[in-house]
Amino acid sequence: MSWYLTLPIVIPLATAILVALQRSGAAAGRWLSVGGSFLLLAAAVALVAQVWRHGVIVAQMGSWAAPFGITLVADLLSAAMVAITAIIGLAVAIYALADIDARREALGYHTLYQVLLAGVCGAFLTGDIFNLYVWFEVMLIASFGLMVLGGDKAQLDGGIKYIALNLVSTVLFLSGIGLLYGLTGTLNMADLHLAVREVEQTGLVTVVAVFFMVAFGIKAAVFPLFFWLPASYHTPPVAVSAIFAGLLTKVGVYALIRVFSLIFTQDIGYTHALLLAVAGLTMVTGVLGAAAQDGFRKVLSFHIVSQIGYMIMGLALFTPLALVGAVFYLVHHIIVKANLFLVSGVANRLTGSFELARIGGLYKSAPLLAVLFLVPALSLAGIPPLSGFWAKFLLVKASLDIGAYMIAATALVVGLLTVYSMTKVWAEAFWKPHPAGTAPVMVLLDQRERLALLLPIAALAALTVAIGLFPEPFVAFAERAAGQLLDPTAYVRAVLGDVR
Amino acid sequence: MIGLRGSGRETRAEHAQEGSGTKAWIGWPSFLLPAALLILFASWLPAIAAGERLHFALAWIPSLGVNLSFLVDGLSLTFALLITGTGAVVALYSGTYLAGHPHFARFYLYLGLFMVAMLGLVLADDLITLFVFWELTTVASYLLIGFDHASAKARRSALQALLLTGAGGLALLAGLILLATAAGSFELSEILASGDAVREHGLYLPILVLVLLGAFTKSAQVPFHFWLPNAMAAPTPVSAYLHSATMVKAGIYLMARMHPVLSGTDAWIWTLTIAGATTAVLASVIALRQTDLKLALAYTTVMALGTLTMFLGAEATVAIAAAVTFLIVHALYKAALFLIVGILDHQTGTREADQLGGLARAMPISACIAAAAGLSMAGFPPFLGFIGKELKYEGALAIASEPLLVATAAVLANALMVALAGIVALRPFLGNRRQTPRAPREAPIRLWIGPAFLAALGLSFGVAPALIADTLVQPAVTAILGRPETVKLALWHGINIPLLLSALTLALGLAIYARHRRLRAALAGLESRLPTTADQAWDGLLDGLRSLAAAQTRLLQSGVLRRYLLLTFATLALAVGTTLFAVDAVRLPRLWPELLVKEWAALGLVSAGALLAATTQSRLTAICALGVVGVGVALLFLMFGAPDVAITQLLVETLFVVLVAVVMLRLPRLQPDHGSARGGRLRDAGVAVLVGAVVTLVLLAVVDGPIDRSVTAYFEQASVPEAFGRNIVNVILVDFRALDTFGEIAVVAVAALAALALIRGGGLRRARS
Repeated sequence: MSWYLTLPIVIPLATAILVALQRSGAAAGRWLSVGGSFLLLAAAVALVAQVWRHGVIVAQMGSWAAPFGITLVADLLSAAMVAITAIIGLAVAIYALADIDARREALGYHTLYQVLLAGVCGAFLTGDIFNLYVWFEVMLIASFGLMVLGGDKAQLDGGIKYIALNLVSTVLFLSGIGLLYGLTGTLNMADLHLAVREVEQTGLVTVVAVFFMVAFGIKAAVFPLFFWLPASYHTPPVAVSAIFAGLLTKVGVYALIRVFSLIFTQDIGYTHALLLAVAGLTMVTGVLGAAAQDGFRKVLSFHIVSQIGYMIMGLALFTPLALVGAVFYLVHHIIVKANLFLVSGVANRLTGSFELARIGGLYKSAPLLAVLFLVPALSLAGIPPLSGFWAKFLLVKASLDIGAYMIAATALVVGLLTVYSMTKVWAEAFWKPHPAGTAPVMVLLDQRERLALLLPIAALAALTVAIGLFPEPFVAFAERAAGQLLDPTAYVRAVLGDVR
Repeated sequence: MIGLRGSGRETRAEHAQEGSGTKAWIGWPSFLLPAALLILFASWLPAIAAGERLHFALAWIPSLGVNLSFLVDGLSLTFALLITGTGAVVALYSGTYLAGHPHFARFYLYLGLFMVAMLGLVLADDLITLFVFWELTTVASYLLIGFDHASAKARRSALQALLLTGAGGLALLAGLILLATAAGSFELSEILASGDAVREHGLYLPILVLVLLGAFTKSAQVPFHFWLPNAMAAPTPVSAYLHSATMVKAGIYLMARMHPVLSGTDAWIWTLTIAGATTAVLASVIALRQTDLKLALAYTTVMALGTLTMFLGAEATVAIAAAVTFLIVHALYKAALFLIVGILDHQTGTREADQLGGLARAMPISACIAAAAGLSMAGFPPFLGFIGKELKYEGALAIASEPLLVATAAVLANALMVALAGIVALRPFLGNRRQTPRAPREAPIRLWIGPAFLAALGLSFGVAPALIADTLVQPAVTAILGRPETVKLALWHGINIPLLLSALTLALGLAIYARHRRLRAALAGLESRLPTTADQAWDGLLDGLRSLAAAQTRLLQSGVLRRYLLLTFATLALAVGTTLFAVDAVRLPRLWPELLVKEWAALGLVSAGALLAATTQSRLTAICALGVVGVGVALLFLMFGAPDVAITQLLVETLFVVLVAVVMLRLPRLQPDHGSARGGRLRDAGVAVLVGAVVTLVLLAVVDGPIDRSVTAYFEQASVPEAFGRNIVNVILVDFRALDTFGEIAVVAVAALAALALIRGGGLRRARS
């Protein structure tokens, strides 16, 4: 049993160590990274299958019974997140073959990358709130390393803002854990589920919940705490932006979903109403930010913020359908967003810039790239029948079903503004002729580079189309995952046994 | 009005150079497929006319009750025939019109995508299926309007159409979801059978408004009409197909489809009648003002859409029959005329009304086709247009609530149609020959055969209206009204009021035609003073959006880390602080806690250190002050019985101060903040104090309650017998919670790696320089 849970952490860490042991500059490192990511994917698939078949699975680290030791636990949400991490991890590892220069490799790029994957998987799999903090730290330090690696001035400037604001989050998270421990005397999340209900000062639990909301809100980049994200995501190499864009904020969203479905559900009228307001404001400010940008990656960065709002909206509405929407949105968004960053990298290679004013002509001379952009871009904008449409549909229906008309209207209008800013990228980078009059053709890249860059993009685009055309298995999966979130009995019993 | 003249020419000039036409074969399957579908659909006519309904369904998302399901009844079949029929004609035509264009294959790809989407839209039974295809037509339209992608004007028009119809689409989505809620199903076949359930539902009005927003934007009703003339940036076959014959009718289809469920209320009747009448009259007046033939046709399309909307507002059988007949009439003559204008543009190099004249001799076949289509448009017998017009008047008079308004609007609009038919279809071919950019030649057969086919249909259906009366019109009317209806079409109805109105229309129309140049000049003068279109307002809206976005981003994403930190901490203080009071969790202890002197001393040490660190201008002092804080905390650990933790804390603090101080010595002195920062510092101090106060209040409230020590108790009890360690802290670190320690080791290792990379990468040095 426990191997299913430990392998997704052990494989990337072992890969990291193996890579670090290579002589610097050796090409073996990058292939080790691809191989490790591939193994991670296999382990993740096994994990999903296991959880799908047997329900929540648990591993008690060091065989210390919960709640005394640390528990690793996977329900369907955790398993799905690990799987999607592995998919994006592999895609970006392949992309990195052609994107990361030898200097960055020598400085330890692949090691940091694999540690990052381990941190992300750890965060998804732990059942202990302090252990979650530890994995957050692993992620933070590895991502900071990647962000500034081999850096120029812009990278360092972004990196400093990134680390400073994320450290605030870390400190708040730790303080929150301290407060929660003071109230309940336990760190095990399943145990917290029970313990929080026995706290006499129920109001105080709400206060601590808000503490966590701010801490995870920074990580998830919600309004008004998202500054670090648009300040930094456009600076590092594309492979790094892509993995960040796909995964990092989503760990914050995951953490919010986890604690606000498992632990802090005693005053939904307050906490989740607050979350709903945050969700709406995040959607709006994010998409307006995107509309104001003129850089390919900057537009995409602000869109992340906006779309985090949709996921939080699903959590905040807290109905079965809304949670289905949140889970579905998470998975859809990670694939699409990472892919768009990957496309931006190819566009940059062909046209010479990320600045929309300085590029163009891709529609005419690189039609394949145009299609590969259009699929995730339209999906992001919620155009049917792509994955983003179903994600949006689920959330809008969920809100209309309970008469939450304001947030439904917000979600729809923001969807339109998303179309606006995605078509801006399309019209500028693809339709408009290149201002320098050059034709940015694919053959500018040699064949191996082209393969490494386009293969992951095409695979992710195909996945987007597949989810769009055949959403049923994904919706059914999300439904079961949402069911587990709304009724954590199985989760708690799996972790604690029948102790209490 | 933006001038689009000659855009077809430019496209052609471009592909004349590059064109080799290697992919010309693509045109043929693109023609044969819709032609085959046309035959298939036509073969269903008898069954549908007999009252059958065909239904196909596949489970798509059973978890949500969404199916991929299709329904063929009189209404959807009529539309399907129009789509495949004009689709085949346009595909055939484009093969020559765009021959050799570098994006020839893409054109057919988008055209095919559109045709599939449009068919899916009209045949869908499931509301979500309908919506999926609805949005796909919008996307295909976007790609086709922007087909001439190097032109900024085409890009603007494409975006405008996308955003406007996209906005309507989102409203529609909400409307359809609410409709499904009210009717209890996503399936149209069930919703249509639900009787008055929706009309009596509390959500009826929002449903109606949202659905109509979708329909009005798509079908270019005032005030959303302006995107359609701009969409003429697309190649002419596209304009003929999407922006005249089919896609813009999607809104009409939707209103017809929803007629049994939503119609009959005052809201429905008045909204549709007024919007439709306004659109019809306004659009036909603006049409008169155009000199570009294609633009004139675009506005007559808007007029037709307005007329259709107006009649769909009614309940009377004859009014609905008028709508259906006019739908067919319009599709036939308008597509033909668009294609003729395309031929003129293609063969002479211009489509400006004033540059064309006397072409009948050079282009006799085109002239005949234009005449046939034009006469149908003007409503002369024995063309189908005449029957359509008579029915319109009959229908207008049969409308119970506002016959006068509808009839007046219809007469006015029709009279203008007569004049416009003269301008578009006759004038280019009659009168004196004028100098055209290219010497005119008759078009090749692949260009004229399609419009000829459409025009011929207009004539045959007029001569023998029975061909469509029972097979098309009656089943469609039955489907729209949701009850069995009989419809009779005939050229001659005897002398009655509609006939008199027809005569009036013709007289009025000819009068307008005779004076159209003077009228055009007058209208041009009027237009410069009166806004007849929201086109400029649209730019204003987008500009407003952009400046709002820019202002908001400047405010929030200022680029200054200090402000980010300030906002983050302020958010914390505000969120947690208000919650503290909102849930009434504030627990204040007695004013002066009874502390020992040594405890006061430690407290003082910590406070003084923190204050000094925050206020000093020297890095070294700040580091040392932080060290003082650490020592104070270590003292507290010591006093409360944790000497081992205290020792660790002291060691770490000492190392930290020494190491950092060494580094700091190598850094340049801090530039002291001057004047301007004073207010900023006060503000920072305020937020810092607020955060401190809030956190203190939370902490006080938490320690006020009891602490559950069961986990700690377990550690104390299990440490020696089970984990074989006497130092509980150590046992926790390396055994009970070893995974945490493992993770932290990774953190330290990676931190070292990152630092090494920064140093070796020379990033720090470069950043400083």
